[in-house]
Amino acid sequence: MKFVRMILGFVLFTTLTTTLVFSGTLENVKKRGKLNCGVSGGLAGFSAPDSSGKWKGLDVDMCRAVAAAVFGNAKKVKFISLTAKERFTALQSGEIDVLARNTTWTATRDTSLGLNFAGVNYYDGQGFLVSKKLGVKSALELNGASVCIQAGTTSELNLADYFRTNGMKYKTLTYDTSAQSRQGFESGRCDILTSDASQLYALKSQLKKPNSAVVLPEIISKEPLGPVVRQGDDVWFNIVKWSHIAMLNAEELGVTSKNVKKMAKGKNPAIQRLLGTSGDAGKNLHLDKKWAYNIIKEVGNYGESFERNVGLNTPLKIARGLNALWKDGGLQYGPPVR
Amino acid sequence: MGNLFDNIEKRGISVGFDFLNQESGFGIAQTLVEYDETSTHSKVFLVGILNTILVSVLGIITASIIGLFIGIGRLSSNWIISKLSMIYVELFRNIPILLQILFWYNVVLASLSSPRQSLVFFESVFLNNRGLYIPKPLLQDGFIFVAISFVLALVAIFYLSKWAKKRHDETGVKFPIWTVSFGIIVFSTTIVYFLSGSPIELEYSSLQGFNFVGGYNLLPELLALWFALSIYTATYIAEAVRAGIEAINKGQSEASLSLGLSKGLMLKKVILPQAIRIIIPPIINQYANLIKNSSLATAIGYPELVTVFSGTSLNQVGQAIEIILMTMAVYLILNIIVSMIMNYINAKMKIKER
Repeated sequence: MKFVRMILGFVLFTTLTTTLVFSGTLENVKKRGKLNCGVSGGLAGFSAPDSSGKWKGLDVDMCRAVAAAVFGNAKKVKFISLTAKERFTALQSGEIDVLARNTTWTATRDTSLGLNFAGVNYYDGQGFLVSKKLGVKSALELNGASVCIQAGTTSELNLADYFRTNGMKYKTLTYDTSAQSRQGFESGRCDILTSDASQLYALKSQLKKPNSAVVLPEIISKEPLGPVVRQGDDVWFNIVKWSHIAMLNAEELGVTSKNVKKMAKGKNPAIQRLLGTSGDAGKNLHLDKKWAYNIIKEVGNYGESFERNVGLNTPLKIARGLNALWKDGGLQYGPPVR
Repeated sequence: MGNLFDNIEKRGISVGFDFLNQESGFGIAQTLVEYDETSTHSKVFLVGILNTILVSVLGIITASIIGLFIGIGRLSSNWIISKLSMIYVELFRNIPILLQILFWYNVVLASLSSPRQSLVFFESVFLNNRGLYIPKPLLQDGFIFVAISFVLALVAIFYLSKWAKKRHDETGVKFPIWTVSFGIIVFSTTIVYFLSGSPIELEYSSLQGFNFVGGYNLLPELLALWFALSIYTATYIAEAVRAGIEAINKGQSEASLSLGLSKGLMLKKVILPQAIRIIIPPIINQYANLIKNSSLATAIGYPELVTVFSGTSLNQVGQAIEIILMTMAVYLILNIIVSMIMNYINAKMKIKER
């Protein structure tokens, strides 16, 4: 890990010392013929290669959607797996074009790192995973516990805040990757594992005995996770932002990967504008007018992606909750394509 | 450099060292100075440096001791000892250090039980997968007398050994200086200790809730890293020791044996003093390597400089260039200090040509 970070540091250093300006991300991506997308190396449901080596997950779908919008082909993505510590440097240095790595949108990250958050593709919150043996029912009973955690995350700060506010003591064990913290938890090095709740479900499903651990009911923070791009390239920022919004609108309008061909020929003006039959959303985004059509055809709408990767029929069994569409009582609200 | 700052500013990345005064907001498992979540990032920097120095110093001491014995062992006329030493060297120096660290860490964790089923020694030392817990001495008022008597004993031993050496040089009569010194220290401090009313109390560790509280706690991460670094670096030191000894002309050992010196005495008085001049320069390299290798701790989460400062702090404030430069400067300075000390020793040991 150290070496990867060193290399990233070096790349950042050298790219910054040359007068390279990053305004033309779209041109660079087109010229390269591939989108470089930074993802988590192994987080079931969000980004992980399956048994045949194919990347799968909610964040992976975000990358594929951008690739589909740009190239009309969701396969033209190179996935670059990054640890939490490496991710921002990789993006700042131009190593990747977009970062979709379950990254929490915070004020510091948005304002001081030279980055922009292009939306929220998963509303999350931090929780605790404990071994059933300990018989703990609430996070308020965790005084004196050892906590496994991933380095460079907002979880580290939330944890400190939570224990301090409640007058409890704790010991941290900071690992580089979530796989390491899972091992630490499994070997009994720590009593609890803390992370975003969605990750806890993913990690729990990867335990040798998934039923030996339980996720506590408390959610101690707001973790809006979303794709990130470099600041100062508005064309690219818009593309990533609207790729996500297109998936939301498609779900709201009932357009799926299965019926998109038929829907494109339909009469509904909102669907016509979204799928490029009318209007010039594509042109304004510097993309093909069938950009959203391609996203939905190749990747699907937000609901399809959610159910396929983290939904109730997957090992993670996560309900839509906050991530339902606004009209179903959730927070996912796509501004209109108009 | 101008370009660098231009571009950073254009992209809206913060620059400068103001972040050092920001509250860090995260916890660290092992801190040698007072630290909590409200401390600043400059405190994180200090905590990281101290943890790096701690594991480096521990590692350098044990690696030197193991290396010296293995190096001498390789030259032993005892077949088993020399072959075992050879196997040790060839085995451990040919496996990457990162793998060794991970191996020992997993061995340590896998072989130890949870805090509620700790191994207990003398009802006061506890070993479990949270580390080694030992009682912490709490110094009471009268401790000053014990300290004074200890210093006095040291002064006495200093003059005694001077006298013993002088007498040995003049008359050839030996004086059992080690036994006597040991006796003086133990005897005087014990008597003063009890006379002043046993001024040391021990704070024992006890199981409260999830973990042991009180006493000193050696983290498993520290133990694994210390173990791996010592074992690995010792192989190189052993080879340096062997090379140093083998470089001494055979005539030297033959001459001392024919003068009737025992083998141990020959090694101590004739061979090692000459070999040490050859051994020191390569050993400086190994000490420097050990310090640099300690940064691999980030793989197992031992909170040294790279893990906490150019890991967590970097990620919280996002100022890669400043932080990486500071981290590099620390390793540079640490290594320069080590090589200055060793060069000083080397200069002292050199053959004095007048």
